[in-house]
Amino acid sequence: MKVLTIARNTFREAIRDRILYNLLFFALLMIAVSLLLATLTVGEQSKIIIDIGLASINIFGALIAIFLGIGLIIKEIEKRTIYNILSKPVPRYQFIIGKYLGLLITIMVNIIIMGAGLYLILIINELRWGHDIFNVNLDIWLDIWKAIYLIFIELMVVTAIALMFSTFSSSSTLSAIFTIAAYIIGHLTEELRLIGNKLPDSFMKSTINFFYYFLPNLDNFNVKGKVVHGIYVSASYISLVTLYGLLYISVVLLLSGVIFQRRDFK
Amino acid sequence: MNMEDIVIKIENLTKVFKKGFRGKSVAAIKGLNLEVNEGEIFGFLGPNGAGKTTTIKILMGLIYPTTGKAWILNKEATDVEVKNRIGFLPEQPYFYDYLTSREFLRFYGQLFGLEGDELRTRMNNLLTLVGLEDAADLQLHKFSKGMLQRIGIAQALINRPDLIVLDEPMSGLDPIGRKEIRDIILRLKEDGKTVFFSTHIIPDVEMICDRVGILMKGELVNVGRLDEIMDAKVKYVEIIARNVSKEMLAYMEAMGSSVYETWEHVSIKVEDENRVDGILQLIKEGKGRVVSVIPQRETLEEHFIKKIGGAS
Repeated sequence: MKVLTIARNTFREAIRDRILYNLLFFALLMIAVSLLLATLTVGEQSKIIIDIGLASINIFGALIAIFLGIGLIIKEIEKRTIYNILSKPVPRYQFIIGKYLGLLITIMVNIIIMGAGLYLILIINELRWGHDIFNVNLDIWLDIWKAIYLIFIELMVVTAIALMFSTFSSSSTLSAIFTIAAYIIGHLTEELRLIGNKLPDSFMKSTINFFYYFLPNLDNFNVKGKVVHGIYVSASYISLVTLYGLLYISVVLLLSGVIFQRRDFK
Repeated sequence: MNMEDIVIKIENLTKVFKKGFRGKSVAAIKGLNLEVNEGEIFGFLGPNGAGKTTTIKILMGLIYPTTGKAWILNKEATDVEVKNRIGFLPEQPYFYDYLTSREFLRFYGQLFGLEGDELRTRMNNLLTLVGLEDAADLQLHKFSKGMLQRIGIAQALINRPDLIVLDEPMSGLDPIGRKEIRDIILRLKEDGKTVFFSTHIIPDVEMICDRVGILMKGELVNVGRLDEIMDAKVKYVEIIARNVSKEMLAYMEAMGSSVYETWEHVSIKVEDENRVDGILQLIKEGKGRVVSVIPQRETLEEHFIKKIGGAS
């Protein structure tokens, strides 16, 4: 109940934050611009639109997750609002979970809006070419939601990481750099493993292996290419990857809770 | 005194902060011992940087002590459950300023598990108590400092706490604002609550506190009832009298009192309290009339400044 109270307040704060609207505006702009790019190609316009659209949702979603995620705790400390919350009968871990859930709701709402924007552009594109919109390849259109769903799981992981950095750092910039680095490396873990395997035993190899094992493999959540090219994404794959994401999030949140519990709020 | 009557108990509390990367240690409070009894208004007095806020943050479980322990209502200060019975106003209210008064009080009420009609009734009562009925639907960023302080007190009372802890509740307020806060504190005492507040504004303490603790550079230098702290420090007794003969005045001066005559009265300053009775006797014997006998105490301010001088 207290978790939900904090989550609701976090959501309310986020939707009264200007950054959110800026990011959302540019995301929708990108999706709309895909319509122009699509005209440059011969046929396959909808593929281009879906490709650019999903990429925009992913990138802008990640920006929202990183920037709002880092602010979640740091802003509470900077503005000293945290003193008054933690002096109420709210265990610190519940505060963290509440903040996390609040941001997830915000991200979900944004992703749904961006997804709706993508559909709108697709419909406009079909109408422009005089196609019957009830006669399009529905499978691909529905698969878009599989991709968006997995983007959301990925953003849940990224938000958890941003939250963790902000539980012990008091610098937003540093936390942002760490989180962005984790996000980029998280998309390159396969390459990391390949490099690691080719290296002789050394400090470098241990470091690379460390990153490989400790950072999430965010490429698992990337089915954008498959969806664009109409390759089937199975339900079992989606469930398995979801489970992986939730496990990773649990560990990160647990760690955040432990760090946060011991922290002094000077 | 029963254990149940002690609301706050601080035992040998020390907090050391590490500063910078080098880890230079600074002790914010050193070996603090303090007890606050049920139903009293306790003033926690000290200059800026004395460690008042650090102590309060430890009491609220916001920071952990390096050594020592603190109990509130017979539970350890880190116990989340005990916070159900505490109302807290942090130093300079920093609140979510995008909320209106009502949203704000509802949010904190919900953190105490309050809801529905009960929450609504309490919200309305508190808005009346602090005189903010007209600002109920105004966002907090439009509030003046005095209004913020008042809504801050309202949120501290939403759970009907037994103990109210206020960190610098009167700082930055004008005289009227200060009086309003003092009145609220006195009303809380009438309702049987215990109030613990920190301040560096001395008259506020003099006017309403049952007991005070004076904190200096992290150490408690004095604690007790105001008259206890001050009584031991009567500087002189001033006797004002009429119809005292010149000879008698000269005699008194010779005995070490200083005498000052106005056209009607004579004021006699007696530094040694034990001599007062003898002098009063002399005046009576000489058919003089005693108008008043006033022990002139050190004001808290003088006491405070002397203490600061002594500590630095």
